[in-house]
Amino acid sequence: MTDAKTNTEDYLRMYRQMVRIRSFEDQANQLYLSAKMPGLTHMYSGEEAVAVGICEALKVTDKITSTHRGHGHCVAKGADFKQMFCELLGKEEGYCRGKGGSMHIADQSNGNLGANAIVGGSMGIATGSALSAKRLGRDDVTVCFFGDGATAQGLLYEVMNMAALWSLPVIYACENNGYSEYTRTDEIAAGSIVGRAEAFGIEAFKVDGQDVLAVNDLAQTLVARCRKGEGPFFIELETYRYHGHHVGDINREYYRPKDEEKEWHTNRDPITNFAKWLTAEGIVDQAELDTIQTEIKTDAASAVAYALDAKYPDVSEVDMHVFAETP
Amino acid sequence: MRQITLSTAVNEAIAEEMRRDETIFLIGEDVAEAGTPFKITSGLVEEFGTDRVIDTPIAEPGFMGIAVGAAMTGSRPIVDLMFGDFIFLIMDQLCNQAAKTHYMSGGKLNVPLVLRTNMGATRRSAAQHSQSLHAIVAHIPGLKIAMPSSAFEAKGLLKTAIRDNNPVVIFEDKLMYQDKADVPEGELLIPFGVANVKREGSDITLVGTSSMVQVAEKAAEILAAEGISAEVIDPRTIVPLDMDTINASVRKTSRCIVIDEGHQSFGVTSEIASRLMEESFYHLDGPVIRMGAMDVPIPFSPALEDITVPTPEGVAANARKLMAGEMFNG
Repeated sequence: MTDAKTNTEDYLRMYRQMVRIRSFEDQANQLYLSAKMPGLTHMYSGEEAVAVGICEALKVTDKITSTHRGHGHCVAKGADFKQMFCELLGKEEGYCRGKGGSMHIADQSNGNLGANAIVGGSMGIATGSALSAKRLGRDDVTVCFFGDGATAQGLLYEVMNMAALWSLPVIYACENNGYSEYTRTDEIAAGSIVGRAEAFGIEAFKVDGQDVLAVNDLAQTLVARCRKGEGPFFIELETYRYHGHHVGDINREYYRPKDEEKEWHTNRDPITNFAKWLTAEGIVDQAELDTIQTEIKTDAASAVAYALDAKYPDVSEVDMHVFAETP
Repeated sequence: MRQITLSTAVNEAIAEEMRRDETIFLIGEDVAEAGTPFKITSGLVEEFGTDRVIDTPIAEPGFMGIAVGAAMTGSRPIVDLMFGDFIFLIMDQLCNQAAKTHYMSGGKLNVPLVLRTNMGATRRSAAQHSQSLHAIVAHIPGLKIAMPSSAFEAKGLLKTAIRDNNPVVIFEDKLMYQDKADVPEGELLIPFGVANVKREGSDITLVGTSSMVQVAEKAAEILAAEGISAEVIDPRTIVPLDMDTINASVRKTSRCIVIDEGHQSFGVTSEIASRLMEESFYHLDGPVIRMGAMDVPIPFSPALEDITVPTPEGVAANARKLMAGEMFNG
């Protein structure tokens, strides 16, 4: 692993954030399996190093756009467990007062412009956010998270063209988890993914998305270059989703072999591998990491209990927020 | 008062607002040096520069999406969509993103953008450059829809739209760009959801939108010569819709024809007629009649195209039937 951050506090924060995502998703999956959660949700487990490696290179004022598989981005950008679980359960105290749910959590106080349930739907939004920053003289950078499946959407090519023409401070972060819903990515994507960005003259990079330090190292470099007006950039992050397309996609051997899943779990888990590195380097000992894991699992469990008890929005809120007030 | 064209009124509204608020920018195809094919934005790039008058590639979903993201992050974009027909290209960004963001975020995120586009047939442009598609977007909660009927409304509604904190779609009739009207210099704000009684009358109410207000006014002239007194109402915005003014008029006249250039089925005329049935049924002396564009793709040939849209003579003929208590059978 590359030596991106040399500060123990930063290392532990990255570890902590990855564990927070995993714990959040484990709880969300249990909520689904025990029929306590309305609807479906899409698990980020396995991809933690992508969201954390990138978001740890951002300031609170930097913006992200997220996807239907968005809990990881949301946590990594600083969101609170209680408000997130409340949103998943449709409760009044949720980030969106229960109006968005799993696929639409927005947390503008941390620069999260929202998850998006349309595959590729937020590519324009991210690019527009970068245009705002540049036009209004702000130094914030926008990261547009999307999956390999979304590279099939035409919108990506329209906005990358404009971002390149106008030198916008946006980073297109393609999380290539190998599957476009229930189809192998090599069946839906011809040619090279980074080559798509390079065709527009955008510098594009491919990185091991399971290596949080490699991701963070690259993200720090590109974010700094964006602030200097050298954007846009494109990153393809090779990663893996442990669950199916969504929590209900359990019998999935028809499109993904169990051996392959086992290989990633065993040898390429971003949290396990980072823990091994941290202990091997003598930065922390295993006992300390175990304590962190226990603390976070307890936090997640108590946030779930809080959200289960929290109240639903009053029915009078149903037609609230259709339109914003104009003074 | 001075008279200016609808095109100049739009240009003036944009320029005045851009001088007032640095966060406003204009974006679209050929909006800068070319000033759009209709020469509506001419001169703006010279005053505001290419930083604020932004020419885009021919990529409607792309620049619409960019405008949505910019609006969510402190800008107030004005999007120029060259033809109303191209709205189908941007439906995801307009209807799934812009319209829903405020609601889905529980009121945390705003999308203050204006989408200016056009409508209207009889310009010999055939089926993909002649549609009036406002009803399609009016169906989506979260979008406000303005339909100026003259240069006066074009300026006043646009300035109000730019200051609104929501996505607003403005449909301008492209045949009216060179029509002149009295328009005050400087500040002119027309509130949304307030209909304008263009002409008072006692026998029948004619509700018209956009250029159909002129059609209604001409029909009212024809009817006046025959002793029929028609009241003409211009809703000015269809979302929000001022049913109070329309209901009050219909309760007075007891008859109503609704005229709009969108296709007649499932459209604005159906919506207003239906609300009148629900809200003023016991005041009516006859059915509420809808007059929209025929339910055909707009044809090219002048011989065919001209019969697809409502005319003053057609409105007057329906008014006479209503006054005589005759049956309508579709």
